[in-house]
Amino acid sequence: MLRDSTERYGWGAWALLWILLLGCSRGPVGGPPILGKGSDTMVNLAQAWAEAYATARPGVQVEVSGGGSGVGIAALIRGSADLANSSRDLKPAEAESAHTATGKAPREYIVGYDALAIYVHRDNPLDAITFEQLRELFAVDGRVTRWSQLGVRIPGSRHDEIVRVGRQSSGGTFEFLRHRVLNDRDFRLGTLELNGSKEVVELIANTPTAIGYSGMGFAVPGVKLLRVAERAGEEAVAPTSEATVSGRYPISRSLLVYALGEPRPEVREYLAWILSDAGQAWVPASGFVPVPPQRREPAGRLMEVQR
Amino acid sequence: MKPSSLLPSRWTAWRIRWTESVIEAWIRISGFSAVFLVLAILFFIFREAFPVLGRPGFSLSEFLGSVEWYPTSAQRVRYGALGLLAGTASVTAVSLLISVPAGLGAAIFLSEFCTGRTRETLKVVIELLAAIPSVVWGFIGLTVMSQVLRWATPAAVGVNLLNGALILALMSLPVIVSLTEDALRSVPDAHREAAEAMGATRWQLTWRVLLPGARHGILAAVLLGTGRAVGETMAVLMATGNAVNLPTSVLDPVRTLTANIAAELGEAPAGSDHYRVLFLTGVLLFGITLVINLLTEWLVRGGRKRR
Repeated sequence: MLRDSTERYGWGAWALLWILLLGCSRGPVGGPPILGKGSDTMVNLAQAWAEAYATARPGVQVEVSGGGSGVGIAALIRGSADLANSSRDLKPAEAESAHTATGKAPREYIVGYDALAIYVHRDNPLDAITFEQLRELFAVDGRVTRWSQLGVRIPGSRHDEIVRVGRQSSGGTFEFLRHRVLNDRDFRLGTLELNGSKEVVELIANTPTAIGYSGMGFAVPGVKLLRVAERAGEEAVAPTSEATVSGRYPISRSLLVYALGEPRPEVREYLAWILSDAGQAWVPASGFVPVPPQRREPAGRLMEVQR
Repeated sequence: MKPSSLLPSRWTAWRIRWTESVIEAWIRISGFSAVFLVLAILFFIFREAFPVLGRPGFSLSEFLGSVEWYPTSAQRVRYGALGLLAGTASVTAVSLLISVPAGLGAAIFLSEFCTGRTRETLKVVIELLAAIPSVVWGFIGLTVMSQVLRWATPAAVGVNLLNGALILALMSLPVIVSLTEDALRSVPDAHREAAEAMGATRWQLTWRVLLPGARHGILAAVLLGTGRAVGETMAVLMATGNAVNLPTSVLDPVRTLTANIAAELGEAPAGSDHYRVLFLTGVLLFGITLVINLLTEWLVRGGRKRR
């Protein structure tokens, strides 16, 4: 009896083992994988693209890792990455060292835009804000802690104290606002640091005295997006896709991918797919602004290198 | 079926012996693995944390004495964990202020004043509280409790110290209630009978005989509940607002040691100072829970010896 059953299950186990082994031995087909590296801000988007591309073009493998824009660009120069994801422009020195190291000039592709909106509660009468005011609000040496200091009275609220809401300290959103608006000054302690763009907006929708920043695409009915001016006296611009793409909205930046010279055909095809409607559909899903069709440059722009 | 297979052949006998020794070895390994795993975890967190102690950007006095937690500052990186320690201490203390009286009351009611169906139902329901996953508690804190607090208290923002403490109190209640009830029931019936024979009321019996008799068990229950509260992560991350702060009122948002590790470790590059300092906060946390557990052990043992 016992022996019978061992034999029966034994065969099953053998068959299963072989199936698993055969399954594993099927390696990747096609050429070497496309390696993308760089910006942590873009890493989720790049990952989403890589995964979607694996179903759109089975056979081409795309591998993505983060580390920061600078890390990605360094890897591109060393030749250990095909693509560098970057949320800042390439520095002239980097373009030059890429040229001396590889003999090729970098090629720049705009793949999307990142725009941060300043959110307040729907009932907040405030309509527009300047960088100076944001610094006074959020920076460690800022002096604004009460709404009355901005001449604002929140209707129906017992409170005057400002509740500052933001993202956790290691994220790209946090760093972008700190760099662009606070001029690299530290945030004031006591800022609520939430770990999701949606959480920030939802908390503001529930808290009449709150102000915070988050990606533009996360607006919910309970909040208001402020118009922003870089300097007092300048026209405050509402955070819209058009204002972001044209560069008029001040808290926005281009999301870039860099390659070198004439990339190999698989890489070219991948970049063309990223800038197609199918690829751009992933951009708003990650909270960014897609590139409008008339502005897409699937061939990229070869940079000039000065010597 | 062949008749020979009905008798235990030499092969079968050997196999039974063999199986038994394998099972025995397995049980022994399982027993020792607990010890081994604890030592391995200890070794790991210490090994990850210690290299930071000699680093130029880190000072132990700043770590323990400063509120300034700026792990990714663009100006000067500062690792002051005092705010996080204060967060953990305050949330735990307030949660104990809520859970200990409530837990003691519930346990006394269950063991002395309540019988039959009511008792069984209540016990099951209280133990069911322990089965709710901590992320669900956090979700309740973030969505339900925060609304309740903004309506019932003058809090400016619903996610704060009190919210975290209430959630933690609910989470440690089942531990405190069941252990206290056990302790009360283990007071010998002779004590009850003696007190009743002398004409003590039920309240006098509880207050003068049962509580003093069960005090070691009750202390152990409270300390285990404390350990639960100190170590809890997900729920407090979601419910406390996650703002580095020395709280001045129970309605201030705070950040605890555990929540800070959960929020930042994923984004800190492995091997960086930030990563190691997070492990150092882990060592701190380990120290706190170790002291609590040893204290519990010592008290329980003291109670046994005396009896």
